[in-house]
Amino acid sequence: MDNTDKKERQVVFWPGNIVAAEAAIAAGCRFFAGYPITPSSEIAHVMSKRLPEVGGRFIQMEDEIAAMGALIGASLTGEKVLTATSGPGFSLKQENIGFASFIEVPCVIINVMRGGPSTGLPTALGQSDVMQARWGTHGDRPVIAITPSYLDEVYTEIIRAFNLAEILRMPVYILLDEVLGHLSERLEIPDPSEYELLERPRPTVPPEEYKPYDSSFGDVPPMADYFTGYRWHTTGLNHDQTGFPTTDPKICQFEEERMERKVSQNLDKIISYDEFMTEDAEIGIFAFGSTARAAMVAVSDAREKGIKAGLLRAITLWPFPEEPVRKFSKQVKGIVVPEANLGQMIYEVERVIGCNCPVVGVNKVGGVPIYPGEILAKIEELA
Amino acid sequence: MAAPYTKYLRMNRIPHMWCPGCGIGIIVKALTRAFDALEWSPDDLALISGIGCTSRAPGYMNMHTLHTTHGRAISFATGVKFARPNKHVVVISGDGDASAIGGNHLIHACRRNIDMTLVIVNNFIYGMTGGQYSPTTPVGARAATSPWGNIDIPFNIAELAKGAGASYVARGHVGSGVQLERLIRGGLDHKGFSVIEVLSNCHTQYGRRNRLADPIDLIDHIAKSTVNIRKAAKMSDGDMEGKYFVGLIHKDENRREYCKGYEQVIERAQMSK
Repeated sequence: MDNTDKKERQVVFWPGNIVAAEAAIAAGCRFFAGYPITPSSEIAHVMSKRLPEVGGRFIQMEDEIAAMGALIGASLTGEKVLTATSGPGFSLKQENIGFASFIEVPCVIINVMRGGPSTGLPTALGQSDVMQARWGTHGDRPVIAITPSYLDEVYTEIIRAFNLAEILRMPVYILLDEVLGHLSERLEIPDPSEYELLERPRPTVPPEEYKPYDSSFGDVPPMADYFTGYRWHTTGLNHDQTGFPTTDPKICQFEEERMERKVSQNLDKIISYDEFMTEDAEIGIFAFGSTARAAMVAVSDAREKGIKAGLLRAITLWPFPEEPVRKFSKQVKGIVVPEANLGQMIYEVERVIGCNCPVVGVNKVGGVPIYPGEILAKIEELA
Repeated sequence: MAAPYTKYLRMNRIPHMWCPGCGIGIIVKALTRAFDALEWSPDDLALISGIGCTSRAPGYMNMHTLHTTHGRAISFATGVKFARPNKHVVVISGDGDASAIGGNHLIHACRRNIDMTLVIVNNFIYGMTGGQYSPTTPVGARAATSPWGNIDIPFNIAELAKGAGASYVARGHVGSGVQLERLIRGGLDHKGFSVIEVLSNCHTQYGRRNRLADPIDLIDHIAKSTVNIRKAAKMSDGDMEGKYFVGLIHKDENRREYCKGYEQVIERAQMSK
């Protein structure tokens, strides 16, 4: 964009959860349903105050499952919708998230990840829900999960998440973590003229010709808002293009594959990543979320010691950025994968790169961040 | 000439998948007649269900219809209604769907008093999954999972709904379609959360195991176990043992409806801006 046209940006110093909520409102979100859970609750606090100010609606439901249900109901009326949760709530929501995926309803789900399984470490960071994000609900369905590392990126990626949810008719995850949710950072709020807000495809055919999963319009069929004259049926049962249940094996196969194609055929729109000093890198790091911040420091520290390290930072974690990681693996002597879990995305790195180079993890689950020195130690081992 | 209420049905989806003689047909008819009596446009109506035999009803009905996950229909419906408060939202649910897996959503929707109508088809059993006992199966009854007789004490759904704050509570049964239509119509017309429990027959799963395999016998048995609420008031607890009172059980027009309450929230938020 031409700098002379650029409007002056608002400068704020906010914690990540507040950035997330404000970004959702900027993205056009006018409906939030949630349930209190640490460390995501501040998102609900902001939404409960801000949504009625902008003519939107906030509801605190009786549990996490109900919040996900209400979210889907509101999306069916045409609203852009958000919920926010953390580990235990993410687990509880899984069945209804699968339903949203299968009936193809746009929604954005923020998971501010905390440490540990079960109740775990509610007030401390973790990155251990990344595989759950991919495989948490039963059955196959496409997944988009975005893992920003910086608060300005939280803002812009949440806007992108809403856009992707709309244009692909599917749930989109934003995976934050406790550190990102609670750390405050100076950021400039982009002016609305700097980004585009996208809408779900809506039908242009007359109601009597409308079919909610009509693949003649492509892999993302138009979706009619409730109460606009299009009366349609949908179900969590396998369904055909009319939305009614079917057990016809060919149709079931076709519809599930069409759903997968919404992601697999749009990787260029979905996948986003960042590279730091990768051009001449001999030792690679693959990292995401707040851990990538430590990884960036580790790269600089390694360079000071004369080791050519470089960071490939996933902004889109699912679908996995296979091509960039594979390419990176052909260039470096080894890849370090730091993550605040006992080793989850490392499997994905290994799967993608085959035998191209060795891969080592740096894994911490005690609720404290991974420090640059701990990553540096592994870089030195590989160097 | 087709009956006027057929405009609420997707006639091309019929024949339905319910067993011959199933009570759900009577209930669907009462519901459509009530819509017709109120002259509600199918374009303004959403019918939402969970999982089970009853929850297949929306597929046959010509409006916005959503067949959701087990027990969660009320939460989806809450999202639809809260997002579009001037439209009509109805939930149809079975006894297991509404009072077991969906029990939490049931009581909280009652408490919240959001303006929608819940029709609970209580046939005392999990029908679709093969006749397991439900939270409304009478003590002593046989079910697929209580072959030696049920020891689980049942819920009184209507009393539960009233206690939780529903502002319209009624109970009808499939032996009296005219009364049922009137009770449902009252609930639809009521501004608040209305619950209509409908005692219904599942002769296939409940009746077969309890010497009531014939639908007529089971409907007859249900009808005989009901007492009109006005008559029930004059009866002793002993006389009411094993009986269900039917009719309008509770109506409170003063309890604040949730979406109306939220209008005040919006007003306050926008005034202080």
